[in-house]
Amino acid sequence: MSSDSKTEIVLPGDVLYKGKNMLPGRGTYRLGDEIIAKVVGLKAIKNRTVSVIPLAGTYIPKAGDYVIGEVVEIGLNYWLIDINSPYQAALLMFDLPEFVEKNTDISRYYDFGDIVFAKITNVTKTKYINLTMKDPKCKKLIGGLIVHITPSKVPRLIGKKGSMINMIKNLTGSKILVGQNGRVWIKGGKETLAAEAIYMIDKYSHQSGLTEKIEEFLKKELEKEAKGEINAEKEE
Amino acid sequence: MPKKKSEESKSNNKGAVRPDGRKVDELRPVKMEVGVIERANGSAYVEFGKTKVVAAVYGPEPMHPRHLADPEKAVLICRYNMLPFSVEDRKKPGPDRRSIEISKVIKDALSTIVALEEFPKCMISVDMVVLQADAGTRVAALTAASLALADAGIPMREMMSAVACGRANGKIVVDLTKEEEDAEDAVDVPVAMSSLTKKIALLQMDGDMTLEEFEEILNKAEEACSKIYDMQREALLNKYEKEGKEVNINDE
Amino acid sequence: MMSSKLTAEYVRSLIERGKRLDGRKLDEFREIKINYGVSEKAEGSAEVMIGNTRVVAGVKMDIGEPYPDMPNKGVLVTSAEFLAMAAPEFEPGLPGENAIELARVVDRGVRESGAIDLEKLCLVEGEKVWVVFLDIFVLNHDGNLIDAAGIAAIAALLNAKLPKITEDYEIVRDELTDPLPIKDIPIPITIRKYGEHLLLDTTALEEDVLTGKFTVTTKINGNICAMQLSDGMSMTKDEVLQAARMARDAATKIREKLFKDKLKELKKA
Repeated sequence: MSSDSKTEIVLPGDVLYKGKNMLPGRGTYRLGDEIIAKVVGLKAIKNRTVSVIPLAGTYIPKAGDYVIGEVVEIGLNYWLIDINSPYQAALLMFDLPEFVEKNTDISRYYDFGDIVFAKITNVTKTKYINLTMKDPKCKKLIGGLIVHITPSKVPRLIGKKGSMINMIKNLTGSKILVGQNGRVWIKGGKETLAAEAIYMIDKYSHQSGLTEKIEEFLKKELEKEAKGEINAEKEE
Repeated sequence: MPKKKSEESKSNNKGAVRPDGRKVDELRPVKMEVGVIERANGSAYVEFGKTKVVAAVYGPEPMHPRHLADPEKAVLICRYNMLPFSVEDRKKPGPDRRSIEISKVIKDALSTIVALEEFPKCMISVDMVVLQADAGTRVAALTAASLALADAGIPMREMMSAVACGRANGKIVVDLTKEEEDAEDAVDVPVAMSSLTKKIALLQMDGDMTLEEFEEILNKAEEACSKIYDMQREALLNKYEKEGKEVNINDE
Repeated sequence: MMSSKLTAEYVRSLIERGKRLDGRKLDEFREIKINYGVSEKAEGSAEVMIGNTRVVAGVKMDIGEPYPDMPNKGVLVTSAEFLAMAAPEFEPGLPGENAIELARVVDRGVRESGAIDLEKLCLVEGEKVWVVFLDIFVLNHDGNLIDAAGIAAIAALLNAKLPKITEDYEIVRDELTDPLPIKDIPIPITIRKYGEHLLLDTTALEEDVLTGKFTVTTKINGNICAMQLSDGMSMTKDEVLQAARMARDAATKIREKLFKDKLKELKKA
């Protein structure tokens, strides 16, 4: 069941599997003996589970996802974070890595408009979403810039085993954090150039040999800079 | 068109063709395109002959006004509207009783297939605009709405296709034009059918027909809906096949 | 709203065994009563009770212009309103989508059945015709509103008489003349379903528990003249045909029971 098996586009209502030996995964449902697709996407079979990787749609929060969020409301002991989804996520005081004293004004930690890279710990059936900052990867994002891509194209930006994103990081010298919710944070190195490349991926995600094309684009731009044809980007 | 005539006599024994030369079970030329409105989450354009409709989907997004939110599922909002210049005599802009009823039956039909339970407290809006009307606007709008919902990545248990069948000039026919709808003996039966379980989710009728005629109309509608579904499928794949090819699935 | 999850469960499990809360069979109607002439100011009126459901319909006649595409025919204008008193969930204000739908379904049944002989309502071709205003009000909502409204509509039309007019086409309100020319008795029958079970004449509680409805209006000769499937129900082709037959048979019974004399007269003609 190699994941490199040919990709097949399926539509809502397509029968993906007949029989009882597989489980319905994300983007599917069971109808009698059959597993049926419910979104437009790519059929994927892994560990006896049939699922559909969506090719469109807003970001649907899932426990374990890393997301980039913005503080939109501050409560007594929690923050509400916009995570580019129909549902806001809550970050509770206890989910900060540091100990928060009783009766502190929690806006000292995160204020309105602050940007965080956080991990989703729980999504309830009624769509209450909990975030944590206790994970080592999580942090407040200060400076840099943020670009948005279609959430369903995040896997394309990362590339096979991180091939695409690592190539961009190497060539631009930027630190890049990708949220599963389609927000990408870029800091340091040639930020603007990295952002340009990421927008290109969003726009041309359907083209073949995209990694090579992006690499070529970045190298050309860097060459132009070196020759002084365009103003060199100030590096942070 | 002598060739058409001979085909006609083979395919049905009633002989004569329809005012526009079609066979009784022949659809008008159909055109479909997915992804026509850049800013919307999903969109589609559908043409049934001279009937032209655009549909756009926004959401899921937080329900507003908030007190109308359903804690158990998303609220589906459908708005069907005819542009003032889409019909012979200018139609006053904005919703009227007819468009409110059509919006309602389209919403009712789509709510049987959209997985609304996956988005509690949210709303999903479907806007449908008739650019040019030559009968069958509600079924063209529903067909476009189904495409736009799929394009928006909204989970649906299956797709939905719709067509109007009925009787005109003594014959049971599919996809009536305005001219046929105006026939003395016209019966108009808009039908929407789901693609997988073949369930009828929209069914209206005005005219005067026997139960036997109704059965024949339903059979023709089922056939026509499955033809329309094939075209919907092609239109969606046309957009996504290119995009999908390159997406890496290792990430799952 | 009115039913908890557990009541809903009870109603459904009864239906699965072919039973209902009030002891009726799945295809059995509640008792239907008609009071004619509830308003003497109206040219025709009728109040229909199906169980606790109570709907009143009134006919007012006026003289107006015909539609340009039908210069020799009278005009029918139907409206409906769910009065706020009829149920706690009804709000005052302009008719909502459900009231609009009800009015349009009843209107199509009356119109397409040819129940009103509109050609006889032409006074001066292209200039002056009778306009029939058919207004329907729901006074108490205990389910099956479309059927009650449809029966009230045809009852009010059968009850209606044309007012006297002067030579200058002025209406003399307190002098009624001939009955409104009626050619058919359309009866809408609404079917709801749970699983494979089809139900007729549902109560408000049952409607709260079941999703969707399918209305089929038939004429005296059994032909269908209007249909409407809505509220989020889907049916197989066979279910639709079965429902249509059920509706035709139920309408025949109701017609014979409630409109016996008119039926005889129309069948003779």
